[in-house]
Amino acid sequence: MGVEGIPVTKHETGIITTRIDDLIRWGRKNSLWPLPFGTACCAIEFMGVASSVFDISRFGAELVRFSPRQSDLMIVAGTINYKLGPVLRRIYDQICEPKYVVSMGACACSGGFYDNYATIQGIDHIIPVDVFIPGCPPRPDAILNALVKLQERIDREPQRGPRRPVTEHGQTR
Amino acid sequence: MDKLDSIVEELRGELGDAVEAVDRPYGDVVVTVAKARVHDALSLLKARGFSFLLDIAGVDGLHLGRRERFEIVYFLYSLQDDLRLRVKVFVPETDMNLPTMTDLWQAANWAEREAYDMFGFNFDGHPNLVRILCHREFVGHALRKDYPVLKGQWATGTSDLRPDLERE
Repeated sequence: MGVEGIPVTKHETGIITTRIDDLIRWGRKNSLWPLPFGTACCAIEFMGVASSVFDISRFGAELVRFSPRQSDLMIVAGTINYKLGPVLRRIYDQICEPKYVVSMGACACSGGFYDNYATIQGIDHIIPVDVFIPGCPPRPDAILNALVKLQERIDREPQRGPRRPVTEHGQTR
Repeated sequence: MDKLDSIVEELRGELGDAVEAVDRPYGDVVVTVAKARVHDALSLLKARGFSFLLDIAGVDGLHLGRRERFEIVYFLYSLQDDLRLRVKVFVPETDMNLPTMTDLWQAANWAEREAYDMFGFNFDGHPNLVRILCHREFVGHALRKDYPVLKGQWATGTSDLRPDLERE
């Protein structure tokens, strides 16, 4: 109870020992603070995931923050057009490492049915994406599944050193 | 003769040949006016009760074979008499200048910016004729029929949204 998933040694005196990397990884994956970058109907769907019926707090991700400085999981929910691209990139740059990105829904993943001059055909042209969720909009179950997938990935990743190449500020591509 | 007919007749009497056609497609009245007199026509209509400019629409008739390539349509509504009227102007590709209607209706401000952004109409006297939907680095006009519809253009800055934050 409490420390599932960490290799621990229990001692008789009530003390446990483990590796600090394992402890940090455990804390990190169970307290993802989402930053909803909601631009369309997917953002409405995300509200359903966050509230009581589906209850994203069961996975430790209920502290939705609207400041990039206080969050580590960016959920891009909605259509991103070329005009908004630099804004998305700037907010992503302001999140401290380690940071993760979930691309929620068809529009964020690929432009959706907006195949035109105004819409970016997938946010991975601008920022690195950890998990893509298909759907228009995705079911709440799919969003929770993406969160679990991301937690599995955090479990596997090395803790020391940069997680991915640090990208240059201000470039959109 | 109902009220709308009498207004159209008055417009015809006032502008003469500048009223090029009066049509009733689908029951709505469309008055086609010469480009040089469009401001006169619209100010007269406003004085006759058309206090509400619903929208300004551009048309690119590149493949329609009409008299001129572009048209601009003003959608008017009279709140006092519950009347609708459209005013159409043919605009040649070589002379895209039109008078602004912002002095008659404040609503014309954003509508004219959109028509400029999407088609390239140039509204003389507009207080702030810059792009409203596409970003400012966008080249061309997206709703022209010869603009490739899939051609996106990358933006490099955010000055559209917060010019005070951007040093350029």
